[in-house]
Amino acid sequence: MSNPSQGALAKLTPVLTKRWLSPDAWKIGVYERLDGYTALRKAFAAHPDELIQLIKDSGLRGRGGAGFPTGMKWGFIPQNDGKPHYLVVNADEGEPGTCKDLPLMMADPHSLVEGIIIAAYAIRANFAAIYIRGEAMHAARRLRNAVDEAYRRGYLGRNILGSGFDLDLVVHSGAGAYICGEETALLDSLEGYRGQPRLKPPFPATHGLYASPTVVNNVETICSVPYIVLGGAAWWKTMGTEKSPGPKIYSISGRVNNPGQYECSLGVTLRELLDLAGGMQDGHSLRFWTPGGSSTPLLTAEHLDVPMDFESMAAAGTMLGTTAVQIFSDQDCPVYATYRWIEFYHHESCGKCTPCREGNYWMARVLRRILSGAGTHEDLDTLLDACDNLLGRSFCALGDGATSPVTSSLKYFKQDYLDYIEGRKAPMFGAGELVGAH
Amino acid sequence: MSDIFTEETRERARAIMARYPAGRERSALLPMLHLVQSVEGYVSPEGMAFCAEMLGITKAQVAAVATFYTMYKRRPVGDWLVSVCTNTMCGVLGGDKAYQALSEHLGVGHDETTEDGRITLEHAECLAACDYAPVMTVNYEFFDKIDADQALGIVKQLENGERPQPTRGPRLCTFKEAELQLAGWSEDRDGAVGEGPAGEPTLAGSRLAERFGVSVPGFDPNTPIARRDDKGAGPGNSVPPAAPKPASDGKPAGDAPTVGKESK
Ligand SMILES: Cc1cc2nc3c(=O)[nH]c(=O)nc-3n(C[C@H](O)[C@H](O)[C@H](O)COP(=O)(O)O)c2cc1C
Ligand code: SF4
Ligand code: FES
Repeated sequence: MSNPSQGALAKLTPVLTKRWLSPDAWKIGVYERLDGYTALRKAFAAHPDELIQLIKDSGLRGRGGAGFPTGMKWGFIPQNDGKPHYLVVNADEGEPGTCKDLPLMMADPHSLVEGIIIAAYAIRANFAAIYIRGEAMHAARRLRNAVDEAYRRGYLGRNILGSGFDLDLVVHSGAGAYICGEETALLDSLEGYRGQPRLKPPFPATHGLYASPTVVNNVETICSVPYIVLGGAAWWKTMGTEKSPGPKIYSISGRVNNPGQYECSLGVTLRELLDLAGGMQDGHSLRFWTPGGSSTPLLTAEHLDVPMDFESMAAAGTMLGTTAVQIFSDQDCPVYATYRWIEFYHHESCGKCTPCREGNYWMARVLRRILSGAGTHEDLDTLLDACDNLLGRSFCALGDGATSPVTSSLKYFKQDYLDYIEGRKAPMFGAGELVGAH
Repeated sequence: MSDIFTEETRERARAIMARYPAGRERSALLPMLHLVQSVEGYVSPEGMAFCAEMLGITKAQVAAVATFYTMYKRRPVGDWLVSVCTNTMCGVLGGDKAYQALSEHLGVGHDETTEDGRITLEHAECLAACDYAPVMTVNYEFFDKIDADQALGIVKQLENGERPQPTRGPRLCTFKEAELQLAGWSEDRDGAVGEGPAGEPTLAGSRLAERFGVSVPGFDPNTPIARRDDKGAGPGNSVPPAAPKPASDGKPAGDAPTVGKESK
């Protein structure tokens, strides 16, 4: 296998991942030896508002999918309002394809704890929670250990490092519901209810956890904070693009030689990522891919050179999402992939609103009929119709996201659908033998 | 109420409630349902009643929550919960076949338990490990890059009373023991937190950076944080930082040109 090109290698930006090769970095002593908790000391020497300004200046945008400017989000928290403030870290990582936050928490849990303390200090929160998806046992184990260690070393609790600042941090395991990654559903779940999205506005910045001002941020977002505190906003902006600055962990899965986590400058292209990942596997050529999880419209081999930043992905008709780059080849069927994703949305729909609850149910059935060779041309209209009713009309972004694989696969791979419908392609299965059909 | 919920369990339930701000004890419900599963291996009507009693809410309120989440089981789970990811990526790379093979071998379908009550099978949605696809978990510990034969091998070990070693994660504990950790209790098996090193996919980018000497230039941990013009009261200014500065922090913050935009 040949080495990646210099151009591709130059896109690597080991920042958040730089401790990952130290196998014991999850231990507090090792973390401290590798500069851990120095950003916290530096942050405590600054005024909280200065930290908010620093994050604004860095241009850091949320890594949970939507790319909202983090400093602005922190700045929305009303100060001197007499209410308690809360910081909630979204570690629910469930968007199909997404697999960056779990390895980050396993390899370097203290960087999350340190980022949380700094962020909580900035927004004046004295209680923070990490809402981690229930299935993530090992990451939660490492996190709980890190939190215990941080309490014992005086990084958490009362009067942290003599700063006068108090913070309690809870690791809260979820119980298996993708929708709890949506920030308001997450808050309901954290309050002990079914995880169903809330009507926005009011936004969590004013009415979040326990109806108090709350910041919800993704794991990778918060893990970025200590590096910005240390290296400064100008340094952070030496990476990425003007509007999407910084490094980003790209997760490559599928038909490549070396799937895995590649931390790169925002705006890296798929061509460069494939180069880093050792290229496509023998006998496979790129056919379709997701830039950032199943809720981001599929792209094709035409899009190898589109920079993977928030703006360029939007201009290409998709979204950067969670940079969960799932690579499929000419041996994979876009109709089946779409079907399987829609089964997922159907299973994970919280049932609160009709377009999503019913739409996904019907789309799954229609896709299944097409794949079993019994589809009709009208089925394609039915699918697009259902998407019309979902997009922009569902209560939360889960419903919008469900339309992405359907409309994009129909846009680029309509012929595949027609091949099933018109009998040119053998049915994928008889109606009875579907794995994953709930 | 059945006495399956001992004083120790009640003590634990109270400890969970104490983690959340005063008056917000209902936040304890999800961890408490995990606690119930650590005792019962599922959530029975008695388990729901226990949560309701501890939290002072109705059984119906607990039931509404318990039935919403996939990980709360309505029937007893075996010692070993085997979950095979059949979401798209794992599915096409072999997860569908692995699931089918296990289902045939065990003679059970999704969310069903073998007759001897020891192994429960389920197919799972994306487990956030697509770079290791196809994956399966036993009591939520990862077995990476499995095919149907390897999946069968793992399950046969379980059937023989052995504990196969997960690819990333510590030695297995039982479902009930795992549920206690999900309720918020720290790992207490010696060395288990450190077991299960990261696999190659996790480290792929880091290895390239190391091998080719790539780093991000210009990183100076002493870069000052821009000061605000007005020095209002706030924890950072009202309390002098007693903590030592980073060893490398030569200059006090604020004596150098600011970075980024001007502070307002
Ligand atoms: C259905 C759905 C699932 C989501 N899942 C996650 C998730 O697992 N992790 C996450 O950080 N954000 C997730 N989000 C996005 C959050 O709602 C929210 O935008 C994010 O946590 C904000 O953090 P950030 O600004 O740091 O990105 C999800 C959104 C939706 C609609
Ligand atoms: S769009 Fe789907 S997940 Fe979101 S509120 Fe409606 S039913 Fe629930
Ligand atoms: S699809 Fe199986 S872990 Fe993501």
